Amino acid sequence: MIRESLRALAACLITFGLCAVAYPATVWILAQVVFPDQAEGSLIKNQEREVIGSALIAQPFASDRYFQPRPSAVDYNASAAGGSNLGTHNPDLANKIAKRAEALSASPEVVAPIDLVTASGSGLDPHITPEAATYQANRVATARNLPIERVRQLIERNTDRSAAVIGAPPRINVLKLNIDLDDEKPLSKSVVAEVR
Amino acid sequence: MESSTAWLNPTWAFALPIAASFPLGWLMARLLDVPTNRAGKGIDAIPMFVCRLIGKKTPEAMSWKQYAYAMLAFNAALFVIAFGLLYFQQSLPLNPDDKGSLATLGYKDAAGLAHDGADTAVIFNTVCSFVTNTNLQHYSGEQNLSYFSQIGSIVWLMFVTPAAGLCVMLATLRGLRGDRDLGDFYVDLMRSLIFVLLPLALVLAVALVGLGVPMTFGPATKAITLDGAATKVETQAIARGPVAALVAIKQVGTNGGGYFGPNSTHPFENPTPWSGLLELASIPLLPMASIIMAGYLLRDRKHSLVIFGVMLTLLLVGCVIAILAEVQPSAATLGLPVHSGPNMEGKEVRFGPVASATWAAITTATSNGSVNSMHDSLNPIAGMVPMVLMMLNVVFSGIGAGFENMLMYIIVAVFIAGLMVGRTPEYLGKKVESKEVKLAMLALLIHPLVICGGAAIFAATSWKAFVANPGAHGFSEILYEFTSAAANNGSGFEGLADNNPAWNIATGIVLLLGRFPALIFPLAVAGSLATKKRVPQTTGTLRTDNLTFAGMLLGTVILVGALSFMPAVVLGPVADQLTSPAKP
Repeated sequence: MIRESLRALAACLITFGLCAVAYPATVWILAQVVFPDQAEGSLIKNQEREVIGSALIAQPFASDRYFQPRPSAVDYNASAAGGSNLGTHNPDLANKIAKRAEALSASPEVVAPIDLVTASGSGLDPHITPEAATYQANRVATARNLPIERVRQLIERNTDRSAAVIGAPPRINVLKLNIDLDDEKPLSKSVVAEVR
Repeated sequence: MESSTAWLNPTWAFALPIAASFPLGWLMARLLDVPTNRAGKGIDAIPMFVCRLIGKKTPEAMSWKQYAYAMLAFNAALFVIAFGLLYFQQSLPLNPDDKGSLATLGYKDAAGLAHDGADTAVIFNTVCSFVTNTNLQHYSGEQNLSYFSQIGSIVWLMFVTPAAGLCVMLATLRGLRGDRDLGDFYVDLMRSLIFVLLPLALVLAVALVGLGVPMTFGPATKAITLDGAATKVETQAIARGPVAALVAIKQVGTNGGGYFGPNSTHPFENPTPWSGLLELASIPLLPMASIIMAGYLLRDRKHSLVIFGVMLTLLLVGCVIAILAEVQPSAATLGLPVHSGPNMEGKEVRFGPVASATWAAITTATSNGSVNSMHDSLNPIAGMVPMVLMMLNVVFSGIGAGFENMLMYIIVAVFIAGLMVGRTPEYLGKKVESKEVKLAMLALLIHPLVICGGAAIFAATSWKAFVANPGAHGFSEILYEFTSAAANNGSGFEGLADNNPAWNIATGIVLLLGRFPALIFPLAVAGSLATKKRVPQTTGTLRTDNLTFAGMLLGTVILVGALSFMPAVVLGPVADQLTSPAKP
């Protein structure tokens, strides 16, 4: 009994050393040496070297001048991610979708893209579909006084069609697209400063 | 919305692990089943050196009882230490975001009253969950755990518990082939860790960092948002941490417990379609390879291929049903001015509905339990597939644990076949008698008993107040939680507010009942068969390596499964599907 317990404890110590010290340390060193940017969270910085977001994490956008990401059940809280967990027959879900469609001024003739009316699984989905971007293009172009063709060009440039060979849908990173938009019209930076 | 190449995802998700499992299974047989006289020679010197550190110079010859005792003693030690580490996490290092004790999480009771004081039940549940290789999480990783707890407690248990399952499978196989010496638990443990789990996890972890999964000990970062004025969110605190190390072993070790609350749905755990496929293919890799390995150990490769084929058939059928159900529009969008596309609630654009449904089927069949979409928001029939695969609990299932469960079905199948032809049933040249059949029936009965019993108690009392959705879907949430706990899966219909003493204690007990009897009863059967004399094979012997037996086994699994679970499934997802959609 005592011998068996001591052996079990010794095995715990040794396996802890292997799995919880040696292994993560090795991964950490390799990660920091080979892929330092990814290891820190793919952070995006502005010219002043301040972090303005992560390329992988959705950020909230509400102004007409910006493309909006998918709805988030956790209000884009990147420290407490999650989905809505609403079942398909839950009236709450149908209500939420109806409200979002209304906010997007959808009508039976101009239907809202499905990804813009449903909450993502993580609440932090950084992508929207090309349909969802096209749907918002007019609004953004008008708000920014940009030609609609230019906005479409930016959408096209930001459409990621990689990994189609493994069945990945085409997708657009909203934060990157919005940063491109801000770069497009230097004036908008002063607008940002003004609002702040 | 649906890309035309979406079907390529499930194709790769099946092709890659199947192709890799054959060489890997052979390699595992060579490295893990070393004859005593060759122990410590060549590359085996590494695990034997580690065994020396715990005072083992040569492998012991253990009987099934000694083996089970060693395994239980090790698990008991894991339980105690992990409990301590989680309980005192606020006093331990590597806690840059100052996470408090798990015991002070607080919870709401059935009447909706908030309690903020001590709730050690959540620690009990977490430890049960990770010691049983389940990873049901009633806490939320990025909110409640320090980096030390994630790496020290969670990653550690994610390595040693699948290794322990593999060990029991090795011992069972040795018994089935007639060895009196079932091997040495600790030697098997070190070999499994050093030759299989550690190298696989290391390669996967580094690859995942390359694809964008963070691996840092820096604190959460504050980002200055671009549209702060309009959204009233001026800064966004982005939680990060040593994610890659955890995600890698979570996927290869049939663990499934996420670093973040939403698991592999979170962009930091699963940033691109490539990481999605890599993680998805990692889920069934070792469960598949372990079945191939069984063929080498039993010196009966055809028999292992029959088992493999039965499991693969069930998985393929489940996967196709889930995909077909999930590309349908959600009932919640009917009649609204939205694109009549697939159900995207709880899903991520970079994966889409097909890859999400594929993942849902594979993760539940294999006892993994990680998710890349929110199962609670799946269309009802797509949500039924994961439930059914966990109820059957033999579709590859855990590493080792899957074979142990299937062995019980095999015993029942040969018993029924024996009754049909009026002969004493035999399995692998040994007579199967009442003791083995009793043990097998007991092992098979615990599973539906804890699932249906638990769900019935919670659905009939005030504890059902914790569900998040009305009607049949609410019952599905309760049923899913107990199924996931009993099958040691760990996924959930996460709308269920399960972090409160009633759920923590009930599922904690179900977790233990789902794990240890399912490992020990098959081991006892193998130990009992090992001592029997081999009967000569005649023309009347029931062959276990042909299509007839495959059909027999498939029929047994489906029949026993349907008899046990059909009523519960009808009350849950089937009723949910038949309900007319709610009108806003």
